[in-house]
Amino acid sequence: MKPTIELRGVTRRYKDVVAVRDASLTAMPGEILGIVGPSGAGKSTLLRLVDLLEPPNEGELFIEGEAMEFSSPKAAGARRRIGMVLQRPVALNRSVRNNLAYSLRIRGADEEEILGKVDQELKRLGLAERSLKNAKTLSGGEMQRLCFARATIFDPDILLLDEFAANLDPSNVSLLENQLKSFISTGSNKTVMIVTHNLFQARRLCDKVALMWDGRVIEVADKDKFFQNPDDQRTAEFVKGEVVY
Amino acid sequence: MVTTTGLELIEVTLLSLYVSGMATILGSAIGIPLGALIGLKEFGGKGAVKTITYTLYGFPPVLSGLFVYYIFSRTGPLGDFGILFTPTAMIIAETFLVIPLVAGITITSVVEVDKNIKETVRAMGASSKQTILTVMREAWVGLVMACMVGFGRVIAEVGAAYLVGGNIDGKTRVLTTAIMLETRTGNFEWAMALGAVLLSVALCVFLFLRLIQEREML
Repeated sequence: MKPTIELRGVTRRYKDVVAVRDASLTAMPGEILGIVGPSGAGKSTLLRLVDLLEPPNEGELFIEGEAMEFSSPKAAGARRRIGMVLQRPVALNRSVRNNLAYSLRIRGADEEEILGKVDQELKRLGLAERSLKNAKTLSGGEMQRLCFARATIFDPDILLLDEFAANLDPSNVSLLENQLKSFISTGSNKTVMIVTHNLFQARRLCDKVALMWDGRVIEVADKDKFFQNPDDQRTAEFVKGEVVY
Repeated sequence: MVTTTGLELIEVTLLSLYVSGMATILGSAIGIPLGALIGLKEFGGKGAVKTITYTLYGFPPVLSGLFVYYIFSRTGPLGDFGILFTPTAMIIAETFLVIPLVAGITITSVVEVDKNIKETVRAMGASSKQTILTVMREAWVGLVMACMVGFGRVIAEVGAAYLVGGNIDGKTRVLTTAIMLETRTGNFEWAMALGAVLLSVALCVFLFLRLIQEREML
């Protein structure tokens, strides 16, 4: 089976700073891959590279087996199949309904399909009655759930989550994680990459976990091995909470 | 004595609105996309282009009029069009005054849109064109402000309108050139009254634009 996402020796530099160094990683269809590591380890940059938001300086990225050249039509097509929730998601200055519809509209969906999907999603989010309110009036938790829904409403094959439940109270975290589980259950081949600081969350949600350190991918392993019997000393220290970050 | 009558007043007011409105629409149609491109695209010399745009805020109306006069004068390169001393020539000259103002304010407005909005839109899979259009919508208040400033400049403008329009009675006379004429002929009361009409017209247009500006975007 071809990996959904494959990074081969990818490096990303910003002037003198190397954010990601020679990173190689794969995520298989149906897999939830967690990326953990200290702050500034390059986790978010790695996710941005996978979302083709910026080009690597070196190395190659393959999506569903096809090499992606930044800004190529093929990459633009791939981006349409990827959903992403950023670390600090923001609502567009329009109604809750039109925030959800935006993802579908930019993909050229017809209005009938948009109407049906948006209504369904609004009910699921419990925001049907406030669908015509400006999305900026939502609470932090509601906003995060709206942004998650916006990234999944078009049924992407790949979902990238960058600290998608950060700074939320436990009940909102639980609601968001349930939203994720519900999304995964809609298809057997959904591939999810989650960047998180929360090791408990990585343990709860992921099948496989990777540790990033100083821009490098140090270790990638199945969840049980990663948390119980890692190969690398740094992983062992990190999962024990002995790394100050 | 040249005194503007009631009927002439209506004619002059409507022509003022037509010339200023068309110049604002045309200037905005060019200035808004231009400003959005300058503000959102990365290219070499961007700083210089922004400085030139801002410098042109101070572009003298009489220079714009002179330029259009030269182009459309009988011996000028586009003299065959025969549009000198017509409202069309006035619209063209005033459009040149609107473009830098609208473009400059658009640059500032789109740059000021939250960086996270731009990131979010791109991360949602929007193309470059869709990203620019979405950011422009997010900058709505600033873009309407750009149109307001553009209109404000041309409704009160006299130099270019006089030079390329010629202040011909019933043909190219607008409120500002009528005020000038009435003042020169000593009809200060009429000139003041025309000034009040000019301000009233501006008030109505700005009220309308402000309502558009404050409309909640849903």
